[in-house]
Amino acid sequence: MRIALFVTCVNDVAFPSTGIATVRLLERLGVEVAFPEAQTCCGQMQYNTGYPAEAAQPAAKFARDFAGYDAVVVPSGSCGAFIRDVHPKLVEGAVPPVYELTEYLLDVLGVEQVGAYFPHKVAYHPTCHSSRLLKVGDRPTRLLRAVEGLELVELPGAAECCGFGGTFSVKNPDVSAAMGADKVTHAVESGAEYLVAADNSCLMHIGGTARRSAAPLKTIHLAEILASTVEKVLA
Amino acid sequence: MSGTYVGMPSFPDAAHRATRDKQLRANLTRATHTIRDKRARAVAELEDWEGLRQAGKAIKDETLAHLDDYLLQLEAKVTEAGGIVHWARDADEANRIVTELIRATGQTEVVKVKSMATQEIGLNEHLAAEGISAYETDLAELIVQLGDDLPSHILVPAIHKNRTEIRDIFNRAMGHWGRPAPEGLTDTPADLAEAARLHLREKFLRAKVAVSGANFMVAETGTLVVLESEGNGRMCLTLPETLISVVGIEKIVPTWRDLEVFLQLLPRSSTAERMNPYTTTWTGVRDGDGPKQFHLVLLDNGRTQTLADEVGRQALRCIRCSACLNVCPVYERAGGHAYGSAYPGPIGAILTPQLRGIATDLDRSLPYASSLCGACFEACPVAIDIPEVLVHLRAKVTEDAKEHGGHRLERTAMRAATYAMTHPAAYRTAEAAAVRARKLIPKKVPFGAGKAWTETRDLPELPPQTFRQWWKETHR
Ligand code: SF4
Repeated sequence: MRIALFVTCVNDVAFPSTGIATVRLLERLGVEVAFPEAQTCCGQMQYNTGYPAEAAQPAAKFARDFAGYDAVVVPSGSCGAFIRDVHPKLVEGAVPPVYELTEYLLDVLGVEQVGAYFPHKVAYHPTCHSSRLLKVGDRPTRLLRAVEGLELVELPGAAECCGFGGTFSVKNPDVSAAMGADKVTHAVESGAEYLVAADNSCLMHIGGTARRSAAPLKTIHLAEILASTVEKVLA
Repeated sequence: MSGTYVGMPSFPDAAHRATRDKQLRANLTRATHTIRDKRARAVAELEDWEGLRQAGKAIKDETLAHLDDYLLQLEAKVTEAGGIVHWARDADEANRIVTELIRATGQTEVVKVKSMATQEIGLNEHLAAEGISAYETDLAELIVQLGDDLPSHILVPAIHKNRTEIRDIFNRAMGHWGRPAPEGLTDTPADLAEAARLHLREKFLRAKVAVSGANFMVAETGTLVVLESEGNGRMCLTLPETLISVVGIEKIVPTWRDLEVFLQLLPRSSTAERMNPYTTTWTGVRDGDGPKQFHLVLLDNGRTQTLADEVGRQALRCIRCSACLNVCPVYERAGGHAYGSAYPGPIGAILTPQLRGIATDLDRSLPYASSLCGACFEACPVAIDIPEVLVHLRAKVTEDAKEHGGHRLERTAMRAATYAMTHPAAYRTAEAAAVRARKLIPKKVPFGAGKAWTETRDLPELPPQTFRQWWKETHR
């Protein structure tokens, strides 16, 4: 099976640690990962802002860049859902099979216990696109429960949107900020040190809100927790 | 606040004020969360909610696909039963028809059953200008009317008011409209309800004309159906001599059997009840029972134009249950008035710009009043994919802007991003530039889109190395 990583544009530039963690994790599990270097972006931003024609170009490029791979792994629920749900509407012909990281681990590799170690209190935020579009369900929490040393705490109002929503955060800054503030409040109430999710753009919004209000909360991508081991504790 | 919705500021401006109104936000959060939880329990009671939901969707789609046939069938049946059918192309025409019908009775007062269609066309305001007083009889509508306010929720129009605010409104305004509030009125729900009962009873007993909407119209028999909780609707529908119902053309179902599905979907989704306390159906007129005259005004007002849009037409499946409002995090913070129409929340964001078109700033801003979180789609009992329609309408807004030379900066930015994303060399250059400039990007950006972002949030610090660079160093 030929596996390729689609790291996503946001991760590539702003959160490389997520891509690095994904590669380390998969390699630790014996997967040989390829990184097609021509890859750029899935086009979600253009599409959701109302520019479908502009989105069709990166979508077509994605299909070309990943043609021939048996599976594409994406450490982002949002981009994964976009490629799976919307690319077929934008591009003719075959779209490569895409798995969000937790789907790949559980459904394809069949591992729940990935040998991770992360001695912290963690709350899981099921981002809207992971849970409602991709329907990853309890996959992330099953993986987290199997992490040694990790204490998973309940997040009040977990299913509520954090208010990022791509360009929504810029076009409707007041509502977006109010939603973000409530998410931070809930995360702090949960008593968690870390808020974990499988989408860095949501984490960027929540983390940025927490930092500005000096809330005692750190954000981390799920891949980074799963990549953390006793030998090399991340974070 | 008073008057109509037209000329309201665009959504972000209205939301800017609403998010700062602590009382409003607290009222909304408490109310929506309570009903949200109750609804979830009511829905979970049914074994095959999803099957029921798909059935509701299928019936509505089939009806919309043959809407013309069903409407003609309905007209024939209503006429056969002694009713009179009027067709109204738009709000003006509907208002004119209703005014003439009321004039013909010689009355200057009417009682009203809560109706979205008459909200939509601004009937009360129109009647007032013509010297006719229209009294709302639904408790929440009464509160809104007495408070010289606008409804902010489909089902709970006064959701933005708390008990104390309501008591003050009753004390202040009831006397101007009829029987004043009782002395020493407290803000307990029972007291408030009793004050409204006494006030309204006078109106019911005096009224010769009633104006209603309808939740459903059954084509096979020409029957109209209203669901409600307070009994005021039944009073209005049975006591007066003349009944005028204003109903959107999409409210039709082919047969009585179809009601079986909606009478389960609607109450659970809207009030979290297993059944509506009052279900009133009426077919034409009958000697010695109910109104002697029945008029049905069938309202288009943008509906045929909406029907013509393949993606957007699913909005016409809406049964106005308000479940999407109650789960919407944006509605919860911005409040109903920010949407600037009778239809607030997620359904308003897709229905209003379709019914009215996208000529105003407000109507153009509505498709963007969503984070696309999808909670509305999940809650909708007729499975309207609201996020899909939102994105579809955004594309219409940007297309329209292109034709009129608007959104230039945004379009240019999107084009530039697209160019970079489809040309690897350009992408790498842009990426490298961003990383090199990481120390130059301040946490607070004083202008433009960056300002909107950084007013309340920090930007992340860009790491010294991209993933791509790390990969090159470690894997080649
Ligand atoms: S769109 Fe769906 S959830 Fe919203 S009011 Fe209409 S039927 Fe109810």
